[in-house]
Amino acid sequence: MELLKIEELSKNYLTKKKVICALKNISLSINENEFIVLVGPSGAGKSTILSIIGDLEKKSKGQIKFSKKNIKVGYMFQEDSLFPWLTVLDNCMLGLKIKNKITKEDEKYVKMLLKKYGLSNFEKSYPKELSGGMRQRVALIRTLAIKPDILLLDEPFSALDYQTRITVSDDVFKIIKEEKKTALMVTHDISEAISMADKVVVLSNRPAVVKNIYEINMDNKTIPSENRKNEKFNFYYNAIWKDLDHYER
Amino acid sequence: MNANNEHKKYLKKLKLRTIKVIFFQIFILLLFIILWQILSDKGIINSFLCSSPKKVVNTIISLWKSNDLIIHIWVTLKEILISFSLGTIIGILFAAFLWWFPFASRVLDPYLTIINSLPKVSLGPIIIIWAGANQQSIILMALLISVISTIISVYVGFKQTNKTSIRLLQSFKANKFQIFTKVVFPSNINTIISSLKINLSMTFVGVIMGELLVSKQGLGYLINYGSQVFNTSLVITGVVLLGILTSVLYFIILFVENKLKKEW
Repeated sequence: MELLKIEELSKNYLTKKKVICALKNISLSINENEFIVLVGPSGAGKSTILSIIGDLEKKSKGQIKFSKKNIKVGYMFQEDSLFPWLTVLDNCMLGLKIKNKITKEDEKYVKMLLKKYGLSNFEKSYPKELSGGMRQRVALIRTLAIKPDILLLDEPFSALDYQTRITVSDDVFKIIKEEKKTALMVTHDISEAISMADKVVVLSNRPAVVKNIYEINMDNKTIPSENRKNEKFNFYYNAIWKDLDHYER
Repeated sequence: MNANNEHKKYLKKLKLRTIKVIFFQIFILLLFIILWQILSDKGIINSFLCSSPKKVVNTIISLWKSNDLIIHIWVTLKEILISFSLGTIIGILFAAFLWWFPFASRVLDPYLTIINSLPKVSLGPIIIIWAGANQQSIILMALLISVISTIISVYVGFKQTNKTSIRLLQSFKANKFQIFTKVVFPSNINTIISSLKINLSMTFVGVIMGELLVSKQGLGYLINYGSQVFNTSLVITGVVLLGILTSVLYFIILFVENKLKKEW
């Protein structure tokens, strides 16, 4: 079932000197429980799409249509932005606190998530006591706590070192699938995109337009780190590599 | 050599180094006091102009006996505490105001810069005319000197709050007040504490300046009175007491800083 439809979305940034066209007529549809990844050169305006869906920025033109009313959007950024002065549990409750409605159930739900994903011993710890991978899991649970209908992941693993990145993307992928969430992720890492996505959307250089959409069909599709070894992985990699405009800036 | 032993040796070396530093710090102070005493005893320096450690101690004792010592220290301390707390509260509130209204901060920017670089002492005479020759003038003076630098340093901290943290709260649909109380303020606790240190020394300057201009009691009064009657022992006693008072207050702030910082 379709959850979100983006139609002819455009975005211009106005500066003193000129008007920068970041997005041009982007159309995209996202189904429930789908994992969609946007890839494109850095600075292409991928993140802008997320910001507009998440209502952090205004669009210049086009439509964003949700199939349901009062849709809740959860955001995850490159920096985990855990607050060092709050405990892990309080960090996870942040979104709920802002909405001023912490019920017993909410607290139970958060504690359940922490337990399920191996963090219950760290509830009262402060973020500095956690590893990079754990921090990113806490950041995801903080987002899941508000029970969002769609997750927007803005280069969530870019700040991590390579090995952590592979394991954390497995973790995050499992959590998202397990909690049956719809996700829209942005990355410039082609391998990461193919290994996680149901669909990869390739964007061009600025102004970003949709160049191609790939449905990732692999036999025995499992967790991202295993998908990287799939025989069809290279096929998709090469196709997407060719789509990206290299060295044109 | 096993690792445990090596570590023990290393710790011992560190400890020895610290002891050496403290030893020399005390040594320099004692050397200074002893030399000062000997030179004035031998008449090499004029003890009427430069006083001597013994005279300073005698002055403190006689001030203590006449009950003046506590009164003068207390008056100065009170003025410092009042202007310091007022300066901190007003400074933080004003910085919050500037953060809340970016337009106002742009408008006020040149004024803050000019007032900050203006030697506030030059306003002393007019403050006395406005507020009268009393403690209020002294507090106002100290406030004027300390508050602007507090405003500027705290506001800069507020403005440099991590953008992603703010976006995160916006993604939770937080309002501006929540953004301030949940991120901007708590993430700037360290900025505020370091501004307290500057604020304290500025307040000292302001209070003593005010006391020199207009006062009937206080350490600044003691210094001023001493110079008028050519009692240099009294002047130096005032300075020494001031030095002790500054150090005590400074260490209290350091203590508070360590307490607050340790939490995260």
